[in-house]
Amino acid sequence: MKKYDAIVIGAGHNGLTSAAYLAKSGLDVLVVEKNDYIGGAAVSREIHEGWLYSNCSYVCSLLRQSIHRDLNLTKHGLMIVPYSGTTNFTRDGNYLAEYGDHAQQYRELCRHSVRDANAMHRFEADLMRYAKLIRHFLMRTPADPTSFKPRDISELIFMGKKFWDMGEDQIYEFTRFLTMSAADFLSEYFENDLIKAFMATSSIIGTALGVYSPGTAYVLLHHVMGDVDGAVGSWGLARGGMGAISDAIAGALKEHGGEIRMNAEVQQILIKDNTTYGVALANGDEIHAPIVVSNLDPKRTFTKIVDKNDIPADLYKKAKNFKIRGSSGKVNIALNGRPDFPSLPEGHMLRNGSFQFLDSLERMEKAYDCWKHGRWSDDPFIEMTQSSVWDPTMAAPGNYFVSCFIQYCPADIEGGWTPEKREAFGETVVDQISQYSPNFRDLIVHKEVRTPFEIEQEVGLTEGNIFQGELTLDQLMFNRPFPGYSQYRGPAKGMYLCGSGSHPGGGVSAACGANSAREILMDLKRPNIVPEDDGDE
Amino acid sequence: MSKQYDAIIIGAGHNGLACAGYLARDNKKVLVLEANNFIGGMAATREFAPGFHASVAHTLPQGQSALISDLSLKKHGFELAAKNLDTTALDGEGNAITFNGKSVKGVDANDQKSYGEYQSLLKKFAKVLKPTWNKRAPRIGGGEIKDMITFAKFGWDVRTLGRDTMREFTRMIFLPAQDMMDEHFDNPLLKAGLSWDYNVGNILAPRSPNNAVLNQLLKLSGDVSGHGGLPLPKGGMGSFVNALANSAKTSGTEIRLNTRVKRVVIENHVAVGVELEDGEIIHAKRIISNADPKTSFLKLLGAANLEIQFTNRINRLRTEGLVAKVHLALNALPNFKGMTKPEGRMILAPSMQYIENAYDQSKYRSYAEDLPMEVVIPTLHDKTLAAEGKHVLSATIQYAPRDVEGGWDKHRDSFMKNVIATLEKFAPGIGDCIEASELLTPADLEQQFNVEGGHWHHGEFAIDSWWMNRPTYGASQSKTPVSGFYLCGAGSHPGGGIMGAAGANAARAIIAEDK
Repeated sequence: MKKYDAIVIGAGHNGLTSAAYLAKSGLDVLVVEKNDYIGGAAVSREIHEGWLYSNCSYVCSLLRQSIHRDLNLTKHGLMIVPYSGTTNFTRDGNYLAEYGDHAQQYRELCRHSVRDANAMHRFEADLMRYAKLIRHFLMRTPADPTSFKPRDISELIFMGKKFWDMGEDQIYEFTRFLTMSAADFLSEYFENDLIKAFMATSSIIGTALGVYSPGTAYVLLHHVMGDVDGAVGSWGLARGGMGAISDAIAGALKEHGGEIRMNAEVQQILIKDNTTYGVALANGDEIHAPIVVSNLDPKRTFTKIVDKNDIPADLYKKAKNFKIRGSSGKVNIALNGRPDFPSLPEGHMLRNGSFQFLDSLERMEKAYDCWKHGRWSDDPFIEMTQSSVWDPTMAAPGNYFVSCFIQYCPADIEGGWTPEKREAFGETVVDQISQYSPNFRDLIVHKEVRTPFEIEQEVGLTEGNIFQGELTLDQLMFNRPFPGYSQYRGPAKGMYLCGSGSHPGGGVSAACGANSAREILMDLKRPNIVPEDDGDE
Repeated sequence: MSKQYDAIIIGAGHNGLACAGYLARDNKKVLVLEANNFIGGMAATREFAPGFHASVAHTLPQGQSALISDLSLKKHGFELAAKNLDTTALDGEGNAITFNGKSVKGVDANDQKSYGEYQSLLKKFAKVLKPTWNKRAPRIGGGEIKDMITFAKFGWDVRTLGRDTMREFTRMIFLPAQDMMDEHFDNPLLKAGLSWDYNVGNILAPRSPNNAVLNQLLKLSGDVSGHGGLPLPKGGMGSFVNALANSAKTSGTEIRLNTRVKRVVIENHVAVGVELEDGEIIHAKRIISNADPKTSFLKLLGAANLEIQFTNRINRLRTEGLVAKVHLALNALPNFKGMTKPEGRMILAPSMQYIENAYDQSKYRSYAEDLPMEVVIPTLHDKTLAAEGKHVLSATIQYAPRDVEGGWDKHRDSFMKNVIATLEKFAPGIGDCIEASELLTPADLEQQFNVEGGHWHHGEFAIDSWWMNRPTYGASQSKTPVSGFYLCGAGSHPGGGIMGAAGANAARAIIAEDK
């Protein structure tokens, strides 16, 4: 039987990226995937005939441009289409919109609060400063602060220097920002509850916390630290759906001779004498390689596909305690006509954008309270993205695909998830949208409802957590996934992690995969071919 | 022109008096001005009903033995009624578990074993932070050797924890109380009881990340009855402030009651004195404010004397109090379900979820029917607070938002009804023993003790407002941007609780300046 140099478990975008770099370096790489399609949570699937669904992740900003260029992803078919313009509808028939144009944005904010319109500049400047700091660290391996190795010390110095470069006052400001709640942070700039709510949406997406919970300000940052072609904070859509990203990376992998095997679920990572030697598949096959890279989340990796006796007891405990609570649902909808939102004038440009339905931070927090009690939110936060308006490949002319991201939806629900409950959850979402769009329900051709339960079952993300582990400070940087394991190495020789459960965390960034490949190549004493971002300057 | 003082301290709270004590010991002429007709602020023991006495702060977990010996407080009348109270968590169904800084009773063997490990881990963490509390907060860019030593020492202490403990430290410091509890224990009552201290006094609940562990570590800095002990002062907390006042007075400090400061007098950008409400102006070389930072900067000093960004940094401080205090005058000792007789400190909260539920109400400017609370009956140990056979019940109640919808005047009665109803569930028949009661909402604390927002700690105690960010950079070393004007209250480093360290730190900063 053929022996590989490296096996990557899971063909998510990070697994593919890690594999692509290993293959590019000249290694013989195999990616094994349990599903009959690749991409994990960055997929495009024809769930209903004639409509292409980005049925998990749905927008793109965090994908590192250096990887995009380095792996020639454009050549492999990837095109990121920038989009903008989110409109938030309020219950009283008004709305608050986001414009790309500064003057227009200012006028729009002034409709709600002149004071806040003036504060926006200060807010954006501060947030951008923090984003640009964090961007330095995305494509780097976190230092181990307990280590005295020259590499760790020099990495700490690098970090220290980047902090220092912000200036004394901004260091204090940034350390404050890191641990604050989104509500407190936003209240330092804005008075208007609607504006605060609108700005707070990024702070709770995928997060098992509410806007009032300390730590959510960082999550806000996590959603503005990406870019589209260097425009920091911008978001885009992958033409052909999010699967186009995975497909392009897979294209790069194949170009360099890597293989992908689908329908190949891994039962166990094989370890002997604290050295990894391959994987055993669910069908009984064994595939051997001295390097095994897991794209699965850390909890799944260390509690499901390794023998408990092969890893240190305290690591098993850490994996058990790893916080990966699912809090988000997805309702993907095929429409045979354009939904009408009467609050916006006919033909208004904003009708092309995304939609939200919020009034206040309180309303968002109440949605979180439901989740805390093991219920889905009866008044959920919805981010509704009309992907097909920007990307004609997703639906035929006249038809529409909309992706609805919902916060909050629990993984554990009283009595467990059933098809009836799933359907009721989907109805809650449709009801919410219908309050603002009278014809919405009648246009529905098909809808796919995904609770954290389905996301776990199909994609394999424990509890359906979209970030492969919560983005709280106890699980970020050198704490991600656990202290002592932040440099992508597992406990056994030859074992690595490459998923979003490792630094820099969730989102379709491909950085985790690239960073892990860099560490692997270093251990193999091969030249580094993985780009190291150095921020924007 | 009145006579010249070295320092005027605005507010005779325990930090102001501690600051006065240290300055006076250094032969400085100090005048303490107090707006109320009593000293001690929230630490004062007051007669809340004829013959019944209580203080808002009732126990002394953060007390510093160095302060007590430096200022000879024992000589000046400070003594403990109980050295170390045990804490009993009750669920109202007859179950109880009891713990102190060393051991726990009423839980299974696993939890007992975990408890020991947990306590020793926390004590290691507390030891790392201990040297920071009683020393001025360092500045990052000040370039002063002293600050660099503080950083280096802190870094060294973290590193010498050992690799595994250091890793737990950098992770756990950000955990919410709930995760700390879930990682260590199974017993819901133990989790609820232990998690209480992580959050009380702040805008936090068991699920709130980032700030809970820091709060617990601040509590563990106290060493009057050993780290992790819970001492009960004799005569209420007032005896502690009286001892502070006596100590300061013995060294020559003057204290004037009923003297409200209207504003700090600024001449040529330097604070040179204070103007009282009656128009009298008193001059001093230094003006030290024991008031909270918002009152100090925005009311006493005035935004006109501050740079706009600094003003903004003060304005944004979170100062909304969430804790109410209830004092009950009892004619008999109540019986708590699950205990043969009431003892020590009792925490009424069956589970962390129960506490979280109460917090959830407060987010929407309301309050829960089932209120979690901490109950102490100081008269069990201290006969000076009520007549023989009578008792005082002192309850700290979460969560009572300062800005309750419609204002507290509208809600006092219904809140009190919820308090009594909750107490009845845990101690049936208690209602029949009540002779009189006092409810202090955050609005009352604000109004009676002149603390903006009625916040226990003069401002949220959290990682984002801790150490060099307390109350904000530019004012974290007791000095402020206005020359001659200093802070010595709980809003400055290291923070709240009856600790006195903020006052001592301010005094040390001033004494060092004169050297």
